Amino acid sequence: MMKRKPILRVTSKVFMPFILLFALYVQFHGDFGPGGGFQAGVIFASSFILYALIFGLHDAKMVMPSSVLEVLAALGVLLYAGVGVVSFFVGDNYLNYNSLAHDPLHGQHYGILLVELGVGVTVFAAMTLIFYTFAGRGR
Amino acid sequence: MTAHLPILQVLIPLMAAPLCVVFRHRDIAWIIVLLVSLISFVISTMILDQVLTQGVISYFMGDWPAPWGIEFRIDAVNAYILLIVSAIGAVVAFYGRHSVTREVPRDLIYLFYTAFLLCLTGLLGMTATGDAFNLFVFLEISSLSTYAMISLGKDRRALTASYQYLIMGTLGATFYVIGLGLLYMMTGTLNIVDLHAKLLDMDGSIRTLQAALAFLTVGLSLKLALFPLHLWLPNAYTYAPSSVTAFLAATATKVAVYVMLRVFFTIFGVDIFEETGLAPVLMTLAIAGMFVASTVAIFQNDMKRLLAYSSVAQIGYIMLGISFLNVTGVSAGIVHLLNHAVMKCAAFLAMGCFMYRVGSVQIEDLHGIGKKMPWTMAAFVVAGLSLIGVPLTVGFISKWYLIQAAMEADMMPIALLILLSSLLAVVYVWRFIEVAYFKEPANPSLKIKEAPLSMLIPLWVMAGASIYFGVDTDMTLGVAQLAAEMLVGGAP
Repeated sequence: MMKRKPILRVTSKVFMPFILLFALYVQFHGDFGPGGGFQAGVIFASSFILYALIFGLHDAKMVMPSSVLEVLAALGVLLYAGVGVVSFFVGDNYLNYNSLAHDPLHGQHYGILLVELGVGVTVFAAMTLIFYTFAGRGR
Repeated sequence: MTAHLPILQVLIPLMAAPLCVVFRHRDIAWIIVLLVSLISFVISTMILDQVLTQGVISYFMGDWPAPWGIEFRIDAVNAYILLIVSAIGAVVAFYGRHSVTREVPRDLIYLFYTAFLLCLTGLLGMTATGDAFNLFVFLEISSLSTYAMISLGKDRRALTASYQYLIMGTLGATFYVIGLGLLYMMTGTLNIVDLHAKLLDMDGSIRTLQAALAFLTVGLSLKLALFPLHLWLPNAYTYAPSSVTAFLAATATKVAVYVMLRVFFTIFGVDIFEETGLAPVLMTLAIAGMFVASTVAIFQNDMKRLLAYSSVAQIGYIMLGISFLNVTGVSAGIVHLLNHAVMKCAAFLAMGCFMYRVGSVQIEDLHGIGKKMPWTMAAFVVAGLSLIGVPLTVGFISKWYLIQAAMEADMMPIALLILLSSLLAVVYVWRFIEVAYFKEPANPSLKIKEAPLSMLIPLWVMAGASIYFGVDTDMTLGVAQLAAEMLVGGAP
């Protein structure tokens, strides 16, 4: 696909690492600036969608198979729910992140960071899967 | 760990759902579902016990205190509903293995079980939470997973049925949020108990509050399939896989009724009925539903569709009980939540057995089935008698208390209408029983065996329960009366 469009192929290849990097920036800078897991997940997914648009669905699925995406989507949810469970073992209520570090403030911070990571992973996987599903229709 | 029971009730199915996806194997997924639903059932019995002995349980998410943080608040009303939902979940999970393998595409079975667990999560969460917006989130979890489960039915029409339900269900959920938004605008809080406290000081005739009540009522009526907003229900129940139908018929609409009880009695308080004249409207719709839906049921040839219309009629009985606004009526409504769940679950599980062996639930395909599958058919007869309201079955208990409530409220004609509508149930139940026992099979050479034991046991657990709770009513009626007193008495 797009074999005769060298400009598109080269530019998209150049852009891809920057898109991924920007997604990671939005992910981990989300607590100090605009951003967070959802936005980061969508941006991360957009790089894979770009890849699929330029190089074809088949190549994209070789890089990131749908079975892996399904598992990633589930693991993100598990990470989100699992971080909250940690507080059970020190006697706190569910989703109380105070005990994740020595200092409650840091604990809450780590908690949110981990939870947002779970959100990011799940949103990335779900977005890419939705694209795969629609793009793969009729094949 | 007992302090964490309210959250574990919801959290365990929630975390088990992604696990099913991680393993990507249908047998492992089924084992997870079975274990989780049994654990949920045990937890719900422990919660009910704790509520009955120690009173209301309150659990703060992340230790953020109540009106600001999300609270799980469990009293006699929702402890009872939690028990119904988790018990039905456990029975259907046990039953599901064979039925699901037959009726759901093979490579989607693990996703089906994921959706089942998410649906269980949503329904349990809606029941346990004490935060009206959190309730909406769980409502969406349960609804979305329900659409997915319905669309997995074997018949292609399952897709349109699921889509139809998606549109109606989304409308209902949107109306709920609009109503809630108006309440939030007036009070600045989303906690159910806090909402009630704030609304006490307000004049019930404020336009915004009345609009909020209207939106909430219509939205929830869509979800609980109150006549004439029931149009999504017959198709959804007919084309969904059998175990899904049994599960939904016994839980989804019941939880929606519970939410409506909360909105009417806990958030607004009984007085709102006097200020708005809502009760006669509900009563009229309930009675119309009892008659119209039962009459439509008589003319159905698809047994699942027949039972679906019967469900709409039975929802009418529940809403009728609630619209009496007295303790007897509301407790009759609440006890019918359980009673109808038990008998309709049994009836749909029997349909699942027919589906499994015969491959169809059209009445003409089931001629003479009573001789080929005697145990399944006998269980259906028990459920059918209960639908009619014959003494010694749960249906009788509900109708007895409904009629008492009608007399208490000085509404003799309504008591008569309840009896009359039972006669319609006699017609549609008898129609199938007659065909099943007295007609010769259309194709006698066809070998049809009795359903496998793993399906018969859950079926008979439900059929047995619909006799047991018809004789020993201490537990069901006791809790229902306690719950009704709490709701109508206005104590949150």
